[in-house]
Amino acid sequence: MELICPAGTRASLEAAVEAGADAIYCGFCDETNARNFPGLNFTREDMRAGIAFAHRHGVKVLVAINTFARAGALALWESAIDDAVEAGADALILADVATLDYAARRHPQQRLHVSVQAGAANPDAIRFYVESFGAQRVVLPRVLSVPEIAAIMRETACETEVFVFGGLCVMEEGRCSLSSYVTGKSPNMQGVCSPASHVAYKERRGEIVSTLGGFTINRFGKDEPAGYPTLCKGRFSTPKGSGYIFEDPVSLDAATMLPALRAAGVTALKIEGRQRGRAYIAQVVRAFRRTIAALDAGMPAPVAGLTAMSEGQASTVGAYRKTWR
Amino acid sequence: MQLTLGPVLYHWSPERWRDFHYRIADEAPVETVVVGEAVCSKRAPFKQDYLPGVVERLEAAGKRVVHASLILVSLVRERRQTRELMASDEVMVEVNDLTCLASLANRPHAIGPFVNVYNEATARFLAARGATHICLPPELPLSAVGAIAAALPDTAIEVFAFGKVPLAISARCYHARAHKLSKDNCRFVCEQDTDGMPVRTLDDADFLSVNGVQTLSHSCASLLRDIPALRQAGVASLRLSPQDCDMVAVAQLFRDAVDGRLDTAEAERRLGMVYPDIPFANGFLHAAPGHVLVGPGA
Repeated sequence: MELICPAGTRASLEAAVEAGADAIYCGFCDETNARNFPGLNFTREDMRAGIAFAHRHGVKVLVAINTFARAGALALWESAIDDAVEAGADALILADVATLDYAARRHPQQRLHVSVQAGAANPDAIRFYVESFGAQRVVLPRVLSVPEIAAIMRETACETEVFVFGGLCVMEEGRCSLSSYVTGKSPNMQGVCSPASHVAYKERRGEIVSTLGGFTINRFGKDEPAGYPTLCKGRFSTPKGSGYIFEDPVSLDAATMLPALRAAGVTALKIEGRQRGRAYIAQVVRAFRRTIAALDAGMPAPVAGLTAMSEGQASTVGAYRKTWR
Repeated sequence: MQLTLGPVLYHWSPERWRDFHYRIADEAPVETVVVGEAVCSKRAPFKQDYLPGVVERLEAAGKRVVHASLILVSLVRERRQTRELMASDEVMVEVNDLTCLASLANRPHAIGPFVNVYNEATARFLAARGATHICLPPELPLSAVGAIAAALPDTAIEVFAFGKVPLAISARCYHARAHKLSKDNCRFVCEQDTDGMPVRTLDDADFLSVNGVQTLSHSCASLLRDIPALRQAGVASLRLSPQDCDMVAVAQLFRDAVDGRLDTAEAERRLGMVYPDIPFANGFLHAAPGHVLVGPGA
């Protein structure tokens, strides 16, 4: 299984390469990629240099152009595709039918991956992307259990890539407007979710209150660490009680599922976190490299041991285990 | 400008669902009605027995009937339901997930608001494969709506104009979770909340609504005041999403506003009486946060 690692900067790309990534994924610093955070991502020049560096070390670079193109402004997405191809990208990770169609027609030799943002969650949807655009890999949304992934693999020749570590989307990716509803900035259109520009922390009656777009997402007691107000990981109230209605503030850590994912036929394992620093990336990549190496050698896979790197120091295997639902 | 009644997103009792559609058939001034279960595959069997009667009554009343596909298709059962829907040449399908496209084979169909049509190139691709009607995602701003409608003069473009806004779908059932149940053993508790389960902030502000695996807004979209701008933009139809209120009255208000028989302020005042205690919002259309209500015109 390939290990696919995130990079938000040249420095973290180099760190991931050195830590043992098989491939890096990254994007341009604009609204064409779904991690459009200030101070992150790659200029055209960075992209060329980063890809050249990775290739010198035998590592692939996958360029994510995975937001949905703005109506009347398709040229921005088309030029991102052209520039990524020219820079030597090993694959493009695309979500929008418009960008997939353009890339398939304009660059028929280019390898295309279907982004998790496309939400292709079954063999019929995958077949659509393969037949329409010649997609060679699909990144599966975080809604499937391992047996469901295995069933998909039995029906399709398309490669699959799954998330194994980092932030956990609890809603189907590419279908979520929660952040947009609250902040006016959309994951699908602007590539941001719960953006820092709309976050505020206030102290009130001995409590820290975190808000997003003016809505209270959580309240913390004095001695409680105040986590980042990611909308779907907030505490809310319902007629059935208060708490983490959607999901606790946890990260995905599927290290223990690696043997099952391999048996299911998954091609590639993906680490989330293009917004993370190089030290974090190096540590996570190294841990997963070790686990995969042990598996490849037929040894029991050591659990990655990354609790300290997880949000709230807690983790989940999410939808991979059916009971999560 | 036409009116479309969207599918009932909530889990209403089968009899209530049937009677609702009978009344729509008899009284509501809408041209098109979307039927079927889009949110949760476990709910679909409840409607099955009543569906033929509902379709017959709607068609006898001169309504165009469209059958909604599921939004999220991941289970074997869901693929089967979707395939069965696609297999019938008789029905007009509203595609809510691209899963359907591989088997529709250029048959005329509609695209629902859950397919990501954010630009004219995607719309053109889908139209070339047989989409005759496209309901755009609710978060699209007017500039995008106008650009898409202008680029596709032969495709009917629709916008989400009334109802709590569908914001997200998940594999996890939040209704079951709130009741400390699992999705597999949910006891259909979503039936208890006929207008969604309110989710409030810890400061007691209205925020969202949970509808099984779906998350909706608390506020209710109303594009009444935007009708002139939508017409100007080339929008062919307004979608009214059923809420737990008098939807015949809602449809009549939109019909009167579209036909110029009722001015905006009066239409909004009456809409507030038909669906009280829920704030109205049109932020998405104005490229603002979806929960806000932006002043008249666009």
